[in-house]
Amino acid sequence: MLLGPSLAVSAILFSIGVMGVLLRRNAIVILMCIELMLNAVNLTFVALSQQLGLDGQVFVFFVMTVAAAEAAVGLAIIIALYRHRDTVNLQRINLLRG
Amino acid sequence: MIVFFWIVAGLAIGSAVLCITRRSPVASALWLVNTLFQLAAIYVLLDAHFIAAVQVLVYAGAIMVLFLFVIMLLNLGRGGPSDIKGPWGRVIAGVGALVLLGELLVLRNVTPPWSLQLPPGTVASAVAERGAVRVVAEPLFQGYVVPFEITSVLLLAAIVGAVVLAKRRL
Repeated sequence: MLLGPSLAVSAILFSIGVMGVLLRRNAIVILMCIELMLNAVNLTFVALSQQLGLDGQVFVFFVMTVAAAEAAVGLAIIIALYRHRDTVNLQRINLLRG
Repeated sequence: MIVFFWIVAGLAIGSAVLCITRRSPVASALWLVNTLFQLAAIYVLLDAHFIAAVQVLVYAGAIMVLFLFVIMLLNLGRGGPSDIKGPWGRVIAGVGALVLLGELLVLRNVTPPWSLQLPPGTVASAVAERGAVRVVAEPLFQGYVVPFEITSVLLLAAIVGAVVLAKRRL
């Protein structure tokens, strides 16, 4: 019953996350937008698990694990970058741009 | 129930929009926490009670605390000048998001084949019969036990990687 609305909410949240990644220059906010996208995918998994079986809820666990690992490593990279460049603004971190 | 769903969904979407538009990273993080709480409420409405509890504990409780910790550690809380891109960046982001949204909303109309679908109410009755934890734990520790163990290797790699990257010198 709630499947269609849930998938619509998930699509909207995912698009907001993509928009945030394209719109912001602060590396921490971009990581948070990625978390938002992962959550939208989780909502899709849970909504479809009502119809297609409980394996979807098991997958949400794996997605959460990957999200936690990604947040830890990403924030460590941001700390290392801040130590070298004194900024988290991605416009001023352009060593690889050539 | 559908009214409650739309209230919660509206709060989630509004918080997500505020999350990507606030200048201060702390405000962004707190709005994102609000979004995660609303998503937990949606999970409860979808009969995924255990996932909802894990969502609050792991996402809102652990991952977002890590984000806030790093923001405070780097002393970025005051915000400073806006980091949102200029007009062209906004147009590109808006168009990209709208195209993606359209695609996802069209994909929503695809129905899975009948042979895969469970009869309606199966999950709710399974939760009522066997408990909210058991319905998730049984597939996790029987069918998916090898991926579950590989997950522990992933977490170990993430721990080692985070320590190596963030430490000044080993």
